[in-house]
Amino acid sequence: MILPSISRSVLRQHSKAAARYATNIHASRTMATSSSPWSQFEMAPTDPIVGLNEIYNKDDFPSKVIVGVGAYRDDLGKPYVLPCVREAEQILMDKNLDMEYTGIAGEPKFVDLALKFVYGEDSVPIQENRVHGVQALSGTGGLRVFGELMAKHGHKHIYVPNPTWGNHIPIFTNSGLEVRKYRYYDAESSDLDFTNMMKDIKDMPKGSLILLHACAHNPTGMDPTMEQWKEMSETIKKQGLVPFFDCAYQGFASGDPVKDASSVRMFVEDGHLISMVQSFSKNFGLYGQRIGALSVVGADEDEAKRVVSQMKMVIRPMYSNPPRQGARIVTTILEDPRLTQDFLDQCRGMADRINLMRTLLQDKLAEAGSTKNWDHITKQIGMFAYSGLNKDQVMEMREKHHVYCTADGRISMAGVTSGNVDYIANAIHDVSK
Amino acid sequence: MKSHQSALTIILLSCVLTTTAFSATASSTEASTNVWRDVPPGPPDAILGIAQAFRECTAENKVNVCVGAYRDEKGQPWVLPSVRSAEEIMLSSENKEYLPIEGDAAFVNKALRFAYGANAPLDRIAGVQTLSGTGACRIGGEFLSQFYSSKNILVPDPTWGNHHKIFKECGLTVGTYRYYDRSTNRLDLQGMLEDLRNAPDGSTILLHACAHNPTGCDPTDEQWDQLLDVIRQKQHLIFFDSAYQGFASGDAEADAKALRRVMDAGYPMLLAQSFAKNFGLYGERCGTLSVVCHDVAQKDILMSQLKCIVRPMYSSPPKHGSSIVRTVLSDEKLTQQYYQECASMADRIQTMRQRLVQALQNVGSSHDWSHISEQIGMFAFTGMSAEMCDTLTDQYNIFLTRDGRISIAGLNDDNLGYVAKAIHSVTDGKSITSN
Repeated sequence: MILPSISRSVLRQHSKAAARYATNIHASRTMATSSSPWSQFEMAPTDPIVGLNEIYNKDDFPSKVIVGVGAYRDDLGKPYVLPCVREAEQILMDKNLDMEYTGIAGEPKFVDLALKFVYGEDSVPIQENRVHGVQALSGTGGLRVFGELMAKHGHKHIYVPNPTWGNHIPIFTNSGLEVRKYRYYDAESSDLDFTNMMKDIKDMPKGSLILLHACAHNPTGMDPTMEQWKEMSETIKKQGLVPFFDCAYQGFASGDPVKDASSVRMFVEDGHLISMVQSFSKNFGLYGQRIGALSVVGADEDEAKRVVSQMKMVIRPMYSNPPRQGARIVTTILEDPRLTQDFLDQCRGMADRINLMRTLLQDKLAEAGSTKNWDHITKQIGMFAYSGLNKDQVMEMREKHHVYCTADGRISMAGVTSGNVDYIANAIHDVSK
Repeated sequence: MKSHQSALTIILLSCVLTTTAFSATASSTEASTNVWRDVPPGPPDAILGIAQAFRECTAENKVNVCVGAYRDEKGQPWVLPSVRSAEEIMLSSENKEYLPIEGDAAFVNKALRFAYGANAPLDRIAGVQTLSGTGACRIGGEFLSQFYSSKNILVPDPTWGNHHKIFKECGLTVGTYRYYDRSTNRLDLQGMLEDLRNAPDGSTILLHACAHNPTGCDPTDEQWDQLLDVIRQKQHLIFFDSAYQGFASGDAEADAKALRRVMDAGYPMLLAQSFAKNFGLYGERCGTLSVVCHDVAQKDILMSQLKCIVRPMYSSPPKHGSSIVRTVLSDEKLTQQYYQECASMADRIQTMRQRLVQALQNVGSSHDWSHISEQIGMFAFTGMSAEMCDTLTDQYNIFLTRDGRISIAGLNDDNLGYVAKAIHSVTDGKSITSN
């Protein structure tokens, strides 16, 4: 089993601590805190994405900018709560609902609406009642439940694209799966590395799990075309692989949730028994509510339900049952046609503003005098621009210009505003010329 | 790193989990159809499964005394008015941004103060927001599994069923210590002391901070003296599970006495804290996990490690419940109101507890039910056998867990007489103690 470095360091710390503690344990008679069981531990590394906020917050520079975490900001750089969400919350207040435990699998109405949102109401497996799932703690929670589920059912490894969202690695490693990578992005050309991706897919052992980003690949923003998805679907089928979709940006990528679900729906139509995790953090702006769903398409209804019963076995010793508020908000919106339309409009509004910023940033880079090719900024899709800046350039941008993005050069376009786009463009140009 | 290679897992309530390594060698065209084929159905959860059976029961006289959730005198769920007020405030003031990995710092601060007391040295207590008590036990268990020298954790016999599952998932070796003497329906102090002495040095001991679930039987101050003596000698690590603070006696300060005593004495300890019952926030999943450290530097290190456990599990905790608790406990008026509301829940339960014993006597039961009077918290551990419980459910539509635990919160004027009669029917002439 190949362990990523973070796990090796954890193991090293543990064995060092254990060795020292074993010799200390009989030394002291008192229960004073000098015989603390924690005294040998070392500081763990900060999370590369979330830890950025901490560094940023410590910076005093008045014009500092953070384009790190994928959380949407309006054009004034402020967090945005969708008006339809606020309205849904008022509706819920007026209903005076209780706060009883929901089931281990969460709110059935929510799960039903969430699955229809992504699979489509007219999807054949949905009609045949063989798509079932659970409410999840947004994307991360769904991924972790899935990873543990599959590790308990004979899987040893999972393939993820290179690069992928950083947290995928520790999620699956902690689930007990070995994380393997398939080529995805060609940094030289700032484009999809399709030929090599297909080569790697053909080399995957039969029955392997393969994780696919449904749309708006994080961090690169490069998605396959529909023709490329077709080829992937055929090859994955031929290879006997198990496709698992991470869908965190439906509606948020192009502005059209149906379009953003195209890859998923194609695979389902092609007969794959897919599994999928959905997050409602970005499209509904419900980040802190931790609301998502984990689902499977079964060969028949009973099979899908059996898998869900096993998901519940993973959930119960993890957090028992999920939090209700986010599920209730999404349900209130999606079960009402007018609120649903409001949601679609507001979600599209967010996607539109981001696309406008992409164009603006590319223009400003040219204005700043950059001669580099920045086409990828407008070609990429979703919340992030994979700028191509290397680690040194990113650090220089932080230190010299107080512009904060993650070390891989990923810029959260949601953090770009008409007020700061000039400043950012100049900073990027300055470190990359 | 925990292993997922186990073939069989036996859990507390005798359900058998099997993991099936299903074949990945299907032919290429049939591969899709084989993906989930061999997955067996998972057994229903003991407690939540019974709650589901209650929901599905159509009998008019059905009684739910199964799940530990408070009910008012009309048998209805009750949202605390102070909680509602907090939600009103939050409607206009709260955004939906991600909380930090470790949760809402202001909430965690209030929560730890609530548990550890006004003079607690919070600067050296590493605390993270969790998904209620389950989440706290899971994070704590993972932390121990990765960083503590002993992989042994001992839980009381009996304990909340999910404890076994949680700590097993963390890769810990779960053992039990004698706790409840079923032949006397009282604490088995000698058995407890003996088992703690026999455990390997430095084992983790899970203790219920107050209102032991399911027995309602807590050690007295003098019994705590003896327990702590042994724990000190054996250098055991204490892991408190506090799910009923304020809800047990009605006095939040009194309910925290045991855990504060341990902290003040300088024992290293962990604390899993739940706001499900005392704030009525069941479904919003609000709690904390904290570790008492030697100093600030150590606390910072532990915080960094706890975050590494949280991030690949769910990234950051859900904010609705924590915002409610923070809003209430940050407002003097709401705080006062909250304490009264929590005490009123505890009062109603205590009243029903005494009335149940009275009612059993009134219908002619000759059993000694004094253990029920003396027990504390939400539950009565009656001493009824599994067969008696099954009869109560099948014949009388009274839904309880098969260990004889009744949630007193589910009793009210309308059903008290009926329940007392039914209990009398199934226990008359039979023993409510066992060896």
